[in-house]
Amino acid sequence: MPVRDGLFSAEAPPRLLGGRCGSCASHHFPRADTCPYCSSQDVAPVALSAEGELWAWTAVTAAPPGYRGEVPYGFGVVELPEGLRVVARLTEADPGRLHAGQAMRLVVVPLHADEAGQTVTTFAFAPAPAGAAGGDGT
Amino acid sequence: MTGVAVAGVGMHPFGRFEDRSITDMGVHAVRGALAEAGVGRGGFQAAFCGTAYGGVASGHKVLGRLGMTGMPIVDVEAGCASGAAALMLGAGAIGAGQFDTVLVFGIEKMPKGIIRSSFFEPWQEAAGMAATPAYFALRAQRLMRASGVTKAHLADVVVKNRRHGADNPDAMFRAPVEARDVLGSRVVCEPLHLWMLCTPNEGAAAVVLTRADAGAGAVRVAAAVLRSHLPGAVLSESTPMAGLADDTVVPPTTLAARDAYEEAGLGPGDLDVVECQDTDAARELLSYEELGLCAPGGAGALLEEGATVLGARIPVNPSGGLLSKGEPLGASALGQVVELVRQLRGECGPRQVGGARVALSHTVGRGANAGVVILTR
Repeated sequence: MPVRDGLFSAEAPPRLLGGRCGSCASHHFPRADTCPYCSSQDVAPVALSAEGELWAWTAVTAAPPGYRGEVPYGFGVVELPEGLRVVARLTEADPGRLHAGQAMRLVVVPLHADEAGQTVTTFAFAPAPAGAAGGDGT
Repeated sequence: MTGVAVAGVGMHPFGRFEDRSITDMGVHAVRGALAEAGVGRGGFQAAFCGTAYGGVASGHKVLGRLGMTGMPIVDVEAGCASGAAALMLGAGAIGAGQFDTVLVFGIEKMPKGIIRSSFFEPWQEAAGMAATPAYFALRAQRLMRASGVTKAHLADVVVKNRRHGADNPDAMFRAPVEARDVLGSRVVCEPLHLWMLCTPNEGAAAVVLTRADAGAGAVRVAAAVLRSHLPGAVLSESTPMAGLADDTVVPPTTLAARDAYEEAGLGPGDLDVVECQDTDAARELLSYEELGLCAPGGAGALLEEGATVLGARIPVNPSGGLLSKGEPLGASALGQVVELVRQLRGECGPRQVGGARVALSHTVGRGANAGVVILTR
């Protein structure tokens, strides 16, 4: 089950659920009823591109507050063709194996098991050629 | 608008104090500032208390312990710039003629480890998105790409500030360090090593402000500005989940600095000394550019030419910065102001910036909130 509803679609391949502003034409994520960049309420829901380019990256080596999953994990920013830069987990936890402009693809990855034993999932970007496109990662 | 003068400053050292409460530390700093100003009970008409983690009525608890309540006491939260926000309100109130004398103080007792921030939703924490140092690391990597900054530069910022901090009795870390040891400390989030990150800690600082006509020769508040972020930048201190592919969004520090320079009628070339937000080593270098100490892309070169060390053209963080002092969020901005007031008075001994007449304090953090205070004498 997703860590939060409304962030990404369940079908394969997964897509981030964002919005497009009819006034300033910018895209945003996560989906909102008001454009965060120009305040217009003329926004329409869109599924964002599943592929983009790596813009910045690092790895988290110690569990941050409230996190029950494994470390290390990759963390970065991927620029989508819509002109949007998205902060996301990366499946690659070795920064030395990533490079600027690298093709990345959206995947869904497991975080931890909840009280009922169900796997909680979230979105992440994987290097595109080796990425498990559309897989749920579980 | 009426000018604003600093009548007195007080400080509780920054560090870890198991046996002292946040209120104890606040009382210590406030007592010091009031004593220096010669102001007692009934001598100030309002108090503004900056704190991010202090909780309900933090300022009232401090002034209650001193038997000095009855006037408006306003707690102010603006993240790392909470103290700057409190100062802006206090100075603005005097400038507007509302009060003659106000007390401004900042207090904090931070939890240990990576700061748990109520800013993040529980699901963001569960997804590993509340990794504050990771956002610093991404920003550092972009600065390295944009400005030719290297890891050696990052280490040199730490070496510089820790050397400065060795002469500051109010700092938490007073042992100088060498670049190889900084680069030898463990990687928290590439490219940031542990010693390149400041330590959240505890402390308090206080300032008494009065109408400037009351104190000839006193340090004056030439500007006290707080700004938030403009939307769009993905690595802004506003910590958004996404941003636009647009590198022209003006960052909050630049917004605050521009307003402060205009308010003071001064520019970056007039500054004699700067205290800036070195949450991590790269953040200090970014501040060089955002405050206009150098042109965009020039931070590494400014550091390399040695311009920002004590004794050089524009010393930055003569107190040792947050890398030496640690960061008690609500107290850090006023800790800078206390340092700069003492610098302008020539009271800093071995870490004194010779002949300092114009000083700038800069804090920036989550919100986003960016504070810039310019002091003159």
